[in-house]
Amino acid sequence: MAASAEDRRRRRTRTAAAIGALVALVAVLATVPLLTSDYQLSFMVNVMSYLVLTIAWALFSGTTRLVSLATSAFFGIGMYTVAMSIKILPLYASFALAIVVGAAVALVVGVLTLRLSGMFFVIFSFGLSEMIRELMVWWEINQTHTMGRYVYVPFDTTMIYEHLLGLAVVVFLVGWLLRRSRLGIALLVIGEDETVARQVGINVPFTKVAIFIVSAMFMTLTGALMAPRFSFINPNFAFNPLVSFVVVIMALLGGLQKLWAPVLGVIPLIILSERLQTQFPFWYSVLLGLVFMVIVYFLPRGVTGLLEDIWKALGRPLALPRGFTGPLLDAWAWLSRPIFLPRGLAGIIEERWLKIMPRANEKR
Amino acid sequence: MPLIEVILGGVILGGLYALVAIGFNLQFGMARIVNLAYGEFLMGAAFAAFFMYTLFSINPIVGMLLSVPVSFAANWLIYRVLMLPLVRRARTRDDLEGQTILATFGLLFVLRGAATLAFTADNRYYNYLGVPLNIFGFTFAANRVLACVLACIFGGASLMVLNRTRFGTALRALNIDPIGAELVGIDVRGMAGLAFAGGGALAAAAGTLVSTFLTFNPAIGIEFTMKALVVVIMGGIGNMAGCLTAGLLLGIAESLCSYYVDSGLTLAVAYALFLIVLVVRPRGLFGTP
Repeated sequence: MAASAEDRRRRRTRTAAAIGALVALVAVLATVPLLTSDYQLSFMVNVMSYLVLTIAWALFSGTTRLVSLATSAFFGIGMYTVAMSIKILPLYASFALAIVVGAAVALVVGVLTLRLSGMFFVIFSFGLSEMIRELMVWWEINQTHTMGRYVYVPFDTTMIYEHLLGLAVVVFLVGWLLRRSRLGIALLVIGEDETVARQVGINVPFTKVAIFIVSAMFMTLTGALMAPRFSFINPNFAFNPLVSFVVVIMALLGGLQKLWAPVLGVIPLIILSERLQTQFPFWYSVLLGLVFMVIVYFLPRGVTGLLEDIWKALGRPLALPRGFTGPLLDAWAWLSRPIFLPRGLAGIIEERWLKIMPRANEKR
Repeated sequence: MPLIEVILGGVILGGLYALVAIGFNLQFGMARIVNLAYGEFLMGAAFAAFFMYTLFSINPIVGMLLSVPVSFAANWLIYRVLMLPLVRRARTRDDLEGQTILATFGLLFVLRGAATLAFTADNRYYNYLGVPLNIFGFTFAANRVLACVLACIFGGASLMVLNRTRFGTALRALNIDPIGAELVGIDVRGMAGLAFAGGGALAAAAGTLVSTFLTFNPAIGIEFTMKALVVVIMGGIGNMAGCLTAGLLLGIAESLCSYYVDSGLTLAVAYALFLIVLVVRPRGLFGTP
């Protein structure tokens, strides 16, 4: 570490400036409930909850590169634990209980599936939410004879919002500290190459399970905090598979390279999905699926990746070896080319078709 | 003896699960693509059979002549248009699995949403061969028995193709070592496309059979995908005989559970079995450690 004194000082001022800006941002966000209408506040609650879920998702999946589809399971566990315990426990105690339950489920799932191949984990996470929903429906019908529960507590939207904001700050802090800790660096190594990680002496299963539990606890708490927003909760509502789906889209849209990257995915997608739900309610699932596929195919590194590319392109010196007239001449030459269709429109179609279905003996 | 009847009922159900899983295994084991939208083709075929039967009174088994080739072609196009770009882009196998999981996850929501739009979310059923059939003194619904018999025929035919023909040998080579397969002159991408399409065709066949004896709606696809995943992992990726055994095991376990505990817990049974296999035999029932 041969950083010069000036280098260190510059870094310190930059960190101080960043912290100052973030504190100011949080302060502004904390005053939002005083300034906005009910609709805007509920929009902000949505943003905050998905922000926490997405960052928590990226904490685990962004570093280990295992696609977790279990977000809705933990979100639902949080929500439903609160719904079940609210009548017998004080509010904060039921939040705490939710975290414990979520962490326990994450521990069991993590220990059983993360030891083995990543594939098993993905498969398990895919079905976890559905399975818990099924078990809860069965339990409620046969054992407690109550399908659905009422949550009436003095915990209004403003309180939910402030708590979620606090949770968002914590999740950011955890993510930031993680990047600077041994655990976080171990995770980065695992994400790059698991064999190497094992060779340098990282306890791979332990690291994965630990971060999975941390991520699950944040998701569970988000679900728990959101429970008082809906006065009536049943298992089918709490364990909604769409939550997993939307969170993955948001994280991918934002990108996984930076801690703050998911923010760029959350806000546009919430605006988009509100629009879709009000204007094309029946087309919601189809359009969301299409948006998702567009992101997977055309934005594999998310908006942050795109921004990075643009930034790099802007930073590059302008390459104009023939001056400004060069490109103009090229464009003119291209425009004045005769239209050339030696094999007609059918030829174009055939070319396209050959791309989709090359002939067997031709080299691709 | 109700127990034997319950187990035989489980065998009938298990035959169907084995068929569903063999199709999934063709896509996962041979084409190396984890297709989370697999069950949506099953659901689509179920609706196709429903409408053909109720609107034009076409026998569902005859209707397969239409739905199976259509599903084959649709899956082949999906492989060519949607999956190949990902195959080309992927650097490693893990990378490819991650990418295809995401892409087919999106596809799942598109297809399911489209089906909900087109067919509404109502539960559907139709009455086809809903007559009791007496076998060895036990009574079963004729449509279930027919479904099991046909599932065995389709599954057996796929196994024969895989194990007895040159084409099948090439497919199995893809499962064992894609690079080696390319080196000995197998057109890996072409064959993988056909395996993927073949998986889709089996999904359509299974969907038609399911529609004859179960109530269905546009949301059933995901459940069958999950069960197929569980069966494939239990039986071993690319191992068709393992698929058959694991499918039967799942069917019997589910049948026992619905008889002794509750019929609504089918997925929980599947995942419980999955967990037990993960703990006891992490390489699958027939895997070599």
